[in-house]
Amino acid sequence: MKLGAGRRKSLNEISLERWDTVVKRKKRWRLRKKAVGVTLKTVIAACFAILFLMPILLTITNSFMGASEISSNYGQVFATNDSGGKVYISETVNLKFIPDMVSFSQYITVLLKSPEYLFKFWNSVILVVPIVVFQLLVAAGAAFGFTRYRGRVKEIIFFIYIILMLMPYQVTLVPNYLVSDWLHILDTNWAIWLPGIFSPFAVYLLTKYMRRIPISVMEAAQIDGAGEWQIFRHICMPLCKGAMCSIAILIFIDYWNMVEQPLILLSDEQKHPLSVFLSKINAGEIGLAFAVATIYMVPPILVFLYGEDYLVEGITYQGGIKG
Amino acid sequence: MHFPKSRKKEDGLRIMEKNKKATAPLDKRGKRINSNRRRHRGRLISIGYLLPSAVGLLLFFVLPFLIVVYYSVIDNPISNQFVFLDNFVMVFQNAAFRQAAQNTFTFSISAVPLAVVLSLFLAMMLESRIPFKSQFRTFFLSPMMVPIASVVLIWQVLFHFNGMINELRAVFDLDKIDWLNSAYAQVVIVILFLWKNLGYNMILFMAALSSIPKDILEVAILESATPFQIFFHIKLRYISSTILFVTIMSLINSFKVFREIYLLKGDYPYDTMYMLQHFMNNTFSRLDYQKMSAAAIMMAIVMVIIIGILFLTENYFGKDVEG
Repeated sequence: MKLGAGRRKSLNEISLERWDTVVKRKKRWRLRKKAVGVTLKTVIAACFAILFLMPILLTITNSFMGASEISSNYGQVFATNDSGGKVYISETVNLKFIPDMVSFSQYITVLLKSPEYLFKFWNSVILVVPIVVFQLLVAAGAAFGFTRYRGRVKEIIFFIYIILMLMPYQVTLVPNYLVSDWLHILDTNWAIWLPGIFSPFAVYLLTKYMRRIPISVMEAAQIDGAGEWQIFRHICMPLCKGAMCSIAILIFIDYWNMVEQPLILLSDEQKHPLSVFLSKINAGEIGLAFAVATIYMVPPILVFLYGEDYLVEGITYQGGIKG
Repeated sequence: MHFPKSRKKEDGLRIMEKNKKATAPLDKRGKRINSNRRRHRGRLISIGYLLPSAVGLLLFFVLPFLIVVYYSVIDNPISNQFVFLDNFVMVFQNAAFRQAAQNTFTFSISAVPLAVVLSLFLAMMLESRIPFKSQFRTFFLSPMMVPIASVVLIWQVLFHFNGMINELRAVFDLDKIDWLNSAYAQVVIVILFLWKNLGYNMILFMAALSSIPKDILEVAILESATPFQIFFHIKLRYISSTILFVTIMSLINSFKVFREIYLLKGDYPYDTMYMLQHFMNNTFSRLDYQKMSAAAIMMAIVMVIIIGILFLTENYFGKDVEG
């Protein structure tokens, strides 16, 4: 409330004070309402956060239980699972947040005594890393091709990429299987690698990003005498570094999590990645399952903590909001 | 997913280059380099960059898909009799396929709207002024990173007949439910789906919400619009294309939910969890190419229809907001 000095004199002092208190009360009321709203929202968000985090945290804390503690707590869950029949034991399953006794016995067994788990982990790495690297390389070239000299034919081809990207596995796996069969690469890692490397996903995202680079930048380089390779290598690639990181993270999550492809394309269980192997874990090994699960979680979580902003950016490009 | 409607920029450049002909750089023999020829060469080179990816895509996705189309209309790969729609009819009359299609449909119908509404809710919450915003974002996003295979163990413990959820229900005097082996199985899958996908959708909505012009919101507040009016008349209109995109992405992801179910229950889960991918997998193991191909093509047709709706509606809505 700004009042001129001359006007204040002419007003009744008491009514002015009252007016002030009214305004203050209103302001305070509004502030209080806001504070209540903020606390309410924070509490709701916190509840959601707990729900979201709980499964992850439980897996991690449970991995520090001894084998006997696990089998006494959860033994029956996996026993019924295994026989397939419905064997109900009246005992309750005790879900524990914090183990009675912290022990690293699970990790010691997994890491030192039984190499098969590490072997499966290595399978996952071997399947995923080449896909991430080469899909990015192939996609970088393709995106450059789509960005330079756009024409109607290229737009149609790009449209095919989009449609194929959106197709669910149910559709693409049948063609993949047929090709692998003809090329005689079924049951080898190539059956997973090759369709992964040529997957249209990275091409789509990178093209969308590269097309946002102002054409004048490339034209300027061209006028200065740069060839296509130089434009690609010294202009597009440096500008796309961030986008490449985002896309690499997205590809990595997707393939680290894969289940369908190895199930169908690799009949040899020795070659299966850890994700498929974990689902087949039986009652005898349940004492180790949580440690194995936690170890399997570590790489994506590290990637996430390191590159969360890249990930968010990648998702945003996907939505085409920035594009 | 936008097609460039005009290529004005490039047309402009073309004109510029025509004008530049007179001042184009001299080549070794002192002749002016024909910029048209240079353009032509550049175009060829850009196609070269595109080639590896396009050939891979053709070999691993497009050509085999055409073979799948061929397989779907013949009776068997040896006699190659043309039977037109017989395979489709056979698949459609298959009880397992109908069950799978119906389950997939009911799952998508219930999970997708929930995913859209809840993630929009979370995004709105993180948009408003609450403390620990970036931490909350990290928490909500973390399920996306964690491989499903890792948390499936905890999920089995939580939803076991004697598990934690049922104990919680017992506190409120509710009966125990056998979550994974009854009609409630779909509920578990919906929860798992939401847990995994809400973060991704939320990021998309947050980006959309932050791209709403601030001045419009300020004007609305000055005009003393209520928060509800602002939400329904301004925000919803501005993010309508994102809502559509999120719906489509959730729909596509809902087809991928097989992974979760497989890791929870294996090849033959409870009836209401039997999804299309189960049908495909089990047909794969019998190597019934005709059935597989017909089912894949039906899926593809459904997907193309969905994607078509996406494009049409996006075009419509895009005009709506800009106008």
